[in-house]
Amino acid sequence: MSSGKSTDKPTELTYADVTPKVVYSNRRKFLRGAGLAFIAAFAGKRIYDAVSSPSVHAGTKLTSVKSPFSTTEKMNSFEDVTHYNNFYEFGIEKDQPAKNAQRFRTSPWTVSVGGEVKTPRKFSMDDILKIAPLEERIYRHRCVEGWSIVVPWIGFSLSELVKLVEPTPKARYVAFESYYDTGQMPLGRDAGIQLPYVEGLRLDEAMHPLTLLCVGMYGETLPNQDGAPVRLVVPWKYGFKSAKSLVKIRFVKDQPPTTWNLANSHEYGFYSNVNPEVDHPRWSQARERRLPELFKSHKTLLFNGYADQVASLYTGMDLRKNY
Amino acid sequence: MHIFLASKWTKAALFLLCLGPLAAIVLPFLTHAIIPDPLQFIQHGTGDWALRFLVITLTITPLRQILHLPELIRFRRMLGLYAFLYACLHFTTYLVFDKIFDLHEIWKDVYKRPFITMGFLAFTLLIPLAITSTAGWIRRLGGRRWRILHRAIYISAVCAVIHYYWLVKSAVIRPVTYAAIVGVLLLWRLGDWLAKRPRNDSRVQQRLAQ
Repeated sequence: MSSGKSTDKPTELTYADVTPKVVYSNRRKFLRGAGLAFIAAFAGKRIYDAVSSPSVHAGTKLTSVKSPFSTTEKMNSFEDVTHYNNFYEFGIEKDQPAKNAQRFRTSPWTVSVGGEVKTPRKFSMDDILKIAPLEERIYRHRCVEGWSIVVPWIGFSLSELVKLVEPTPKARYVAFESYYDTGQMPLGRDAGIQLPYVEGLRLDEAMHPLTLLCVGMYGETLPNQDGAPVRLVVPWKYGFKSAKSLVKIRFVKDQPPTTWNLANSHEYGFYSNVNPEVDHPRWSQARERRLPELFKSHKTLLFNGYADQVASLYTGMDLRKNY
Repeated sequence: MHIFLASKWTKAALFLLCLGPLAAIVLPFLTHAIIPDPLQFIQHGTGDWALRFLVITLTITPLRQILHLPELIRFRRMLGLYAFLYACLHFTTYLVFDKIFDLHEIWKDVYKRPFITMGFLAFTLLIPLAITSTAGWIRRLGGRRWRILHRAIYISAVCAVIHYYWLVKSAVIRPVTYAAIVGVLLLWRLGDWLAKRPRNDSRVQQRLAQ
C-alpha cells in the first residue's frame, strides 16, 4: 500500500506504489481462483477415474455342456471377475490387468507339452479346443489374500490332454509356464516376482477330474486379463496355483519350482491347498470375503469345499508342514 | 504468497481439499461403480491417505524453513488431524468389516502378526496427539513438554511405513519410496537438532572463561 513516506531521503518505490490497488487485488483474486479451479479439476479427475472403469471386449461365444462338478452358489458378475485380477505381468494392482491386457496378442498361440512323455506335442488353440467336449464348471475360487468368487469357467479336465501325450513312469510332477515377454508386458519388470510365472502340481493332482484346462468363462473365450487364451483352474487350491496364459506344460521327475514359493517360501508352499486351519503368516485363513460383499463373513472350508473329492489325495500328509 | 497463506479462505479451501480423498472413496459407492472388492478398496484408500497425510504433516516444518514461509504452521495441526481421521477410518474398516467386532481375533492379530502390530502402534500413537492438539492442551502441558510429546509423530510415521512394507506381497517400490521420504524428513530434524545444539568445545571454552 502506498505509504506517505515524508522523509528527506529519496523513497524507494515498490510495485505496490505503482500498481493501482484494484489491479493487484484483482490479480490476487484471480490467482486464488485459478488455484482453486486447478485443485478442483485435479480432484475431479481423480474422482472420475475412481468411478469409471474401462470396458471389456466381448469374446467369442463357446458352446458347452453343464457339469456335475458345478456349485449352485450365486455367481459373480462378469464385470467383477474382469475388473479384479491378480495378473502381475500386467501390473500389480487388481484394476490394472483390465486396462493393460486389452491389446495382449493371444493368436496365434502354441502350448508345448513335453518332458517325461511318450509323445511330446505342440498344441495350437484349435487343437486344444478339439481335445474334449467343453464343459461349463461353476467353481468357487479362493485367493490366498482372503477373498473368494464364484466363476462359470469353460474347459475340460486337464487329464484329457495328459492322456494324449502319455507320461512315462518317470513323470511324477507337472510344471506349468505362463507366457511372458517384456514387450507386451512391460510392467512385469516391476512385479517383484520372477517371471515367466511358473507353477506345478503333483501328477495325481493334475490328473484329478476337478483340475480344469480352462479356455473360457461366462459362455465365451477368456478375456485377456483372466488368462487368455488358456489357463489352469485348480479349485481346491489358492488362486495363484491356477496359472494363466499357459505356453508350456512339462512332465518332470522332481517337484518343480513355483513362482510364489520362490518369492517367499515361508508364506507360499508348493501345495497351497485352501485350509482354514493353516494361517498365512500374516493373516488368518479362517474366513473370506465373498466378493463383492463388504464383510469378511464367510467361513473358509477345507480344500475350498472340495474335500469330498480331493481329501484322499493327501491322506497321511501333514497339511501344516506341506502348506 | 504470505497474504495468500495467511488468508482464512486458503485454510478453508485446504480443509475442503483434504476431504477429497474421502469423497473419492465414498462416491463410487453412491454412483454404483464396479467395486469388486469394497473392503480392500476402502482399506487401501484410507490407509494410503493416512500415511500421505502423516508425510505431508511432517514436511511442514522443513518447508517453513526452506521457503521462509512461517505461515505454513497454520495448516500443520489440520493436516495432522486429517492423518488421524484417515487412520481412524482405516482402523474402523478393519474393526467392522474385516474382523466384524471380534476383539479376541483382533488381539490375536496384534499379538501374532507383526504388520498388524506396527499398524496398530502407528494408529494408537496418534490418539494422544489428536487429543492434545488444542490450544488448551498446549497451555496445560507447556510448550516444551507438548513438543516432546508430539515427537511421537516421528515414531508413528516410521511404524506406518514398516506396516506398509510388511503387508505388500511382492513389489516393495512404494513402501520403500515412503520410507525414503520419511527418512529424509526425520534426518532433517536430526540435522536441525545437531545444528542448534551448543557445541561441546564452546561449552568447554565457556567454562574455562568463567
